[in-house]
Amino acid sequence: MSTSNKQTADLARRRFLSGAVALGSVSIASGFTLYTASARPKGEPASSKIRWGLLIDTGKCEDCNICVEACKTENGWEGHRGNLTDPQWIRKVGLTDKRTGKKQSLPVMCLHCEYPPCVDVCPVGASMKRADGIVLVDRHLCIGCRYCMMACPYGARSFVHEKVTNQKPYMPRGQGTVESCTLCAHRIDDGRIPACVEACTKSGREAMLFGDLNDPQSAISKRIVQVSTTKLRADLGLEPNVRYVNF
Amino acid sequence: MTDLRQTKTYAVLTAALFMMSLLFMAGAAGAGEERVPLPHPAMSEKAQKAENCVAPVSEMRRYHMQYLKHQRVETLRKGVRGNPYSLKSCVNCHAVKDKAAGGARTADAFCSSCHKYAAVTIDCFSCHTNKAADRKKTSAVQSPVSQLAAHLEKAAKDRSLLK
Repeated sequence: MSTSNKQTADLARRRFLSGAVALGSVSIASGFTLYTASARPKGEPASSKIRWGLLIDTGKCEDCNICVEACKTENGWEGHRGNLTDPQWIRKVGLTDKRTGKKQSLPVMCLHCEYPPCVDVCPVGASMKRADGIVLVDRHLCIGCRYCMMACPYGARSFVHEKVTNQKPYMPRGQGTVESCTLCAHRIDDGRIPACVEACTKSGREAMLFGDLNDPQSAISKRIVQVSTTKLRADLGLEPNVRYVNF
Repeated sequence: MTDLRQTKTYAVLTAALFMMSLLFMAGAAGAGEERVPLPHPAMSEKAQKAENCVAPVSEMRRYHMQYLKHQRVETLRKGVRGNPYSLKSCVNCHAVKDKAAGGARTADAFCSSCHKYAAVTIDCFSCHTNKAADRKKTSAVQSPVSQLAAHLEKAAKDRSLLK
């Protein structure tokens, strides 16, 4: 087969595949579609028309660690000794109301701010926001100064103190750089949902809702219109794309 | 007088240096056979089977670093996926079985052969994995045919035990 023929065939196959992928979706028992998955076509950059976001229902969030474990398995950031310097991309925070004794548990990770302070302070341009709102660290450029860790009001970022081996092929990690939740960008680009959301949905709790905040028809946008949501430290005006409900 | 003496000293020194350089050149020419041998990167089965790399070999030899760097920016910062010059696809195609990695396929042998020769230190693999993403063959996942075969075999065994 000549090169041009092969390319045409590849293109046709790709179109067919992307069409097939577009049909795949995550749905819950009621037949209500949470998020329609579609892999971004090959060679196309992330679009600013999309703003990925998460809505965490603390009313449904139980005192479990499923999301944290799923993230660890997916991205391979298991700590070495369980001490404070271990990386932590997502953590469960327990809250107790002193007056009523009501207890709440909720996951906190990088909230992927619209105006991320970590990006503002980075002296080398390693801390960055992708067009679709995902805040990432370009670890090729990161010098490990940890200014971003100080700037983040949510304590979402970690510094890798120890040497890392056996990384996942899709998630390179290295000593001396800062890292944080990537909202599973590699999965999103592939048309899948973040690992924490998938694990939470599979467990039947369905406390995490993922989707495009710019699309008024997405489940997350519809829900945000219906219920009153909380932005953590809204006073800072960072406009996080991860929001909480029942909090 | 002193000037003349100095000039003489310089002349002697220059002559000595010239002789030494001549000797050195002769020595270097004689030791021509003991040069560092040219690298012959270990070729994996996959790479051998593929007729071409993502670009002609001569082009890849000269420009692979620029291609990799260009694509890493495109992928990480812009989110472009599926382009050919990814480190992951280099590793997946060029990795060969590595005893140091417990028999897994790694790109160490392929990448380091030329880099050692050219005295280039790369730090790609301090963050990226050097192992190929080979799917492990698990016995847990069986095809329906092999499941049926296993079931029949077990039944036959049970029957023979009953006798």
